Amino acid sequence: MARSEAALRVTPAPAGVPAPHEAPTAADAAIALRSRRVSTEPHTASPSLAASARRKPRRVLPGFRSTLAYTLAYAGLIVLLPLSALVLKAATGGPAVFVEVVTSPRVLAAFRLSFGAAALAAALNAAFGLLLAWVLTRYRFPGRRLIDALVDLPIALPTAVAGIALTALFAPKGWLGQWLVPLGLEVAFTWVGIVVALVFVGLPFVVRTVQPVLEGFERAQEEAAASLGATPWQVFFRVTLPSVTPALLTGCALAFARGVGEYGSVIFIAGNMPMKTEIVPLLIVTKLEQYDYAGATAVAVVMLALSFVLLLGINVLQNRLARRGSA
Amino acid sequence: MSAVAQRGAGRLLLIAAALVFVAVFLVAPLAIVFTTALSAGFGPYLAAIREREALAALQLTLTVAAIAVPANLVFGVAASWAIAKFEFPGRQALVTFIDLPFAVSPVISGLVYVLLFGAHGWFGPWLAEHEIRVIFAVPGIVLATTFVTFPFVARELIPLMQAQGRDDEEAATSLGAGGWQVFRRVTLPNVKWGLLYGVILCTARAMGEFGAVSVVSGHIRGKTNTLPLHVEILYNEYNAVAAFAVASLLALLALATLAVKTWVEHRAAADRVAAQGARP
Repeated sequence: MARSEAALRVTPAPAGVPAPHEAPTAADAAIALRSRRVSTEPHTASPSLAASARRKPRRVLPGFRSTLAYTLAYAGLIVLLPLSALVLKAATGGPAVFVEVVTSPRVLAAFRLSFGAAALAAALNAAFGLLLAWVLTRYRFPGRRLIDALVDLPIALPTAVAGIALTALFAPKGWLGQWLVPLGLEVAFTWVGIVVALVFVGLPFVVRTVQPVLEGFERAQEEAAASLGATPWQVFFRVTLPSVTPALLTGCALAFARGVGEYGSVIFIAGNMPMKTEIVPLLIVTKLEQYDYAGATAVAVVMLALSFVLLLGINVLQNRLARRGSA
Repeated sequence: MSAVAQRGAGRLLLIAAALVFVAVFLVAPLAIVFTTALSAGFGPYLAAIREREALAALQLTLTVAAIAVPANLVFGVAASWAIAKFEFPGRQALVTFIDLPFAVSPVISGLVYVLLFGAHGWFGPWLAEHEIRVIFAVPGIVLATTFVTFPFVARELIPLMQAQGRDDEEAATSLGAGGWQVFRRVTLPNVKWGLLYGVILCTARAMGEFGAVSVVSGHIRGKTNTLPLHVEILYNEYNAVAAFAVASLLALLALATLAVKTWVEHRAAADRVAAQGARP
């Protein structure tokens, strides 16, 4: 229990710290909190009493105004101000310019590519991520913990490093490319390469969302289904899969959102041909390098709006997932 | 009997498939970084790392992380205290807002600062008048990195501190403990692993960020080049050994991040077990 953990942890003030006579040691606090918990336990006190006891000390804790003020000021300066600069800059160009930029064939092609590749990568990650999460939670085999740790590599590895490493692997003379290219599967410098990079980048999001659900899943249900004569496939598709679907969807949405905006790992492997293998983030950079601020801003605003919608959708999914988990 | 055998075969098949996938997508990229870096032997490898511009890039990367990470650490602690320990209107919206930089493409994270501080940006003329450079200079790199790593600490801490509740802190406060004392003695011990985890992820991203930094850096060698940007320059010059040598430093950083993360999770799990054992 978290509270008894706190009680164990707190230690008396070191001798060097001058403590006022009436100031409690943390150990006192721990004792006090235990007794308080007993008194507000629902079955020992009437609900109304518990409610009033809970409501009253809400602002007992110090630091609300200062931490909230700091949070808002910092978030405003670092995030809100720059993002509003983007939106306002896009607005000053006027709707005609905006529409012209956003509906140009090159921009539309880039959006199709970015969203298409991210969607395909998310779908592939649904399969690969579920496979990895399943194997890591259900089976014991040598190297399992190492693989478990490696799953987070795409989050820890700088995207530029991932980009040049994947390119080197899949280049026509690379470790994998030398086998794939003769088979007609060109990965590097094609849209396939973009999908490969996005599978790499999105993998941990799916595995880490599905894994805890599989771990906490009632195996009794699977065993019951099996004992009633269901085949392993039936057990998986009728019992296991429905219960991990919300987590799988959330993980895929996270991977998709990350993939749409991904830049570093993609640009090395993509080939970056306009209309063909040019992703939206690269198009923004290109426009910026040509001092086309209005164009870059217009594309970025559309991208930002879509990302924001995605974020809200993911939030809804995650809240549902959390409710299911606690239910 | 046959069902058991089938299960065994399926099990092996699934493990094999997972291993192939991990080998192709996780192990091979890592391996190729180190083999290419060392393909010409240790001499060229060390030379590439010790080259003046590589060292300047390393120094800049460390400097940027040393500013961005503490800034976001302080923010993360303040934000999670306000959000997890108090109730106020708009709290949920604030939590969503804090996640926003995660959803924004790194390129846009850089672009927004160009629009603010660039030559044609809001504050551009004023900055030019006072001869302050933000874009294509170190301050821009710091700002873009701070933006990108903004949510890391806060998003680790908020759920942890919410789960912890506020009974402990309220008890300590009612007995006269000051705010800082309460935080250090009561709150911090409960969230320290989550805090450390957030800081690790924040640091790894701060040192490895590419897209956002690329937009604001200007790629001036020896001056505004971070390690990931230096990798790109070397790679585009077809200097594979040097590019992968510098990249191997970043790969080592990633491996260290994974190691510390695994250790932190291990310690946090051990603490949970200990706490359960101590349950009265």
